[in-house]
Amino acid sequence: MNYEVTHLDALESEAIYVMREVKAEFERPVLLCSGGKDSLVMVHIAQKAFSPCKLPFPIMHIDTGLNFPEVIDFRDKLEEKFNCRLLVASVQESIDKGRIKEEVGPTASRNRLQIVTLLDAIGENRFDAVFGGARRDEEKSRAKERFFSFRDEFGQWDPKAQRPELWNLYNGKHRQGEHFRIFPISNWTELDVWRYVERENIELPPIYYAHKRKVFERDGMLLAADHVQHSSEEEIFSAMVRYRTLGDANITGAVLSAATSIEQIINEVSSTRLTERGATRADDRVSDAAMEDRKVEGYF
Amino acid sequence: MELLRFATAGSVDDGKSTLIGRLLFDSKSVFEDQIEAVERTSEQMGADYTNLALLTDGLRAEREQGITIDVAYRYFATPKRKFIVADTPGHTQYTRNMVTGASTADLALILVDVRKGITEQTKRHAFISTLLGIPHLVLCINKMDLVGYEKEAFDSIRSEFADFAAKLQIHDLVVIPISALHGDNVVDRSLNMQWYGGASLLHHLEEVHIGSDRNLIDPRFPIQYVLRPQRDDYHDYRGYAGTVASGSFRIGDEVLILPSGFSSTIVEINGPQGPLQEAYPPLSVAMRFSEEYDISRGDMICRSGNQPKVAQGVDAMICWFTPDSFLESKRKLVIKHSTNSTRCLVEELIYRLDINTLHREELVDRLTMNEIGRVKLRTMKPLMFDAYKENRSTGAFILIDENTHDTVGAGMILGSTD
Repeated sequence: MNYEVTHLDALESEAIYVMREVKAEFERPVLLCSGGKDSLVMVHIAQKAFSPCKLPFPIMHIDTGLNFPEVIDFRDKLEEKFNCRLLVASVQESIDKGRIKEEVGPTASRNRLQIVTLLDAIGENRFDAVFGGARRDEEKSRAKERFFSFRDEFGQWDPKAQRPELWNLYNGKHRQGEHFRIFPISNWTELDVWRYVERENIELPPIYYAHKRKVFERDGMLLAADHVQHSSEEEIFSAMVRYRTLGDANITGAVLSAATSIEQIINEVSSTRLTERGATRADDRVSDAAMEDRKVEGYF
Repeated sequence: MELLRFATAGSVDDGKSTLIGRLLFDSKSVFEDQIEAVERTSEQMGADYTNLALLTDGLRAEREQGITIDVAYRYFATPKRKFIVADTPGHTQYTRNMVTGASTADLALILVDVRKGITEQTKRHAFISTLLGIPHLVLCINKMDLVGYEKEAFDSIRSEFADFAAKLQIHDLVVIPISALHGDNVVDRSLNMQWYGGASLLHHLEEVHIGSDRNLIDPRFPIQYVLRPQRDDYHDYRGYAGTVASGSFRIGDEVLILPSGFSSTIVEINGPQGPLQEAYPPLSVAMRFSEEYDISRGDMICRSGNQPKVAQGVDAMICWFTPDSFLESKRKLVIKHSTNSTRCLVEELIYRLDINTLHREELVDRLTMNEIGRVKLRTMKPLMFDAYKENRSTGAFILIDENTHDTVGAGMILGSTD
């Protein structure tokens, strides 16, 4: 008998352990799903963790109203595909209700606004454990995240006062109104995610793969001409591109790519010299601590 | 590809950040935009060199104060292995961070500046590594370039460390002369130290045998969650989910269920990839048994001929984490051990350990933050455990404050006091 365990097996079992631990110790978990690769990997692992039972918690999508239509199509099929309950919390509704105000100006986005929609949805549904697909290798403030990350009654994160986390003994003790963000794939890298997508044959929204699109260049990023307002000086051209991350269509950049299969994407990711967020996210370019600032307020 | 988790400890002065930076850089795990950001920030801070510590110091407060607050996790891979690095800071909260980072590590990497030799800090690192049961220790004697790559300087530190290490339970020690700055013996063998016959650091990290570190002898399967589909096609189905803590379990094995003491036989094992004949650590599986007694979360599956201790009296080493309160006798706490949580009472603080001298101070009445001591605990319900040195999964626990809900301590079980 060969007792060797590959790194993907070890990471998968670690994530399953975390999910089961949450289901056993919390009252009302929910799994956040953006329709991106990380959250779809999470849904896949959650299915395994509780098989042959139905997924024992709902999936929630924070709909900014600015998502790529391909991602919304994909989201709408999740409920049937995984036989699970899908909740949609809408940023537009939060705006209509007067909970938040649309940003104005050239760098306006709905990225920060989703924090209110997310925290409102957590409060209204009394969720006490919120699964997210964040990974420590993505961004420096995320490198300091716990698997079980405490949020106070205002939904805020205090990075300097985190509970130490030892072995696989997670402390999820909390009072009513407080909640935890849970990150089962903390230890995965972008490449691990792609290798797992390949091994498990996980279906992803088509725009992760190279496709022809009308784009223009701004600050070194390729933005989709159909989704982002552009000036007459910004020249529009057609190119083969794909998305490495799926944020809002107006702030997420595409990368030039000919990778139409998972295998080609893995080759591309193995040899790239830019991080996925650095290459494609305008929201993290505002400052060195942009992500930390959003996270403290309650961001994903 | 196998996974190796290692913890590094030491201060910036020892060249730890330079070393990690080099490992990340040479394995192409640092990206251009990260390097550019670090260069920009170094320049803003007025540094005349690119400060690779900024790669790991992610929080605003850390960059502003130039200190590392918390354990940072870093990832890199070579074609042979994927590595998870727990980088623990040497400044504030030192012991707490090192203990945290070490708890999941297969290997500890300790850096020594060849000009300074073995310091108190080196001894603390080595002691905590052994206390946390890390199977492999690598001592990197750094800045060899500053002593002309001389063998004598290396030999004298190596033998000094060997004298100290004799007092600790170190099973596997490798000592490597390096220059993190120039890359000597980091990725490739150095041409400057022909007298050194061993492997480069990266080669050692890729090749060190970790397959035998898992306990594959003592079968322990803590029940984490019970799967009950409540559907017609799965009528009466009970799947007992958990992660194998140690040993192996095969279909057909007769097993003992604790604490009830009933016996049953494994009839099915489902792993993440489907049905399995055998389950072993660290796989997360679900098992079914021939007789279904009332089995629930917190129960432990083992073999009648190989059982953990079942006791309410626990003898353990504790590391105390919080500045807000003390560990003292008569204190009540919540203990989380394996998939069990219960309350416990501190019966006695036997001694406090001076981690610089390893001296046992017996006339003390409390442990304060970052102190380590030996205690007797009494738990409200019995725990099923093994000694930590035999089983890191069933020998570890955390202590939680009932009021603040903070994790206030970590424990390693020595045995039972019953």
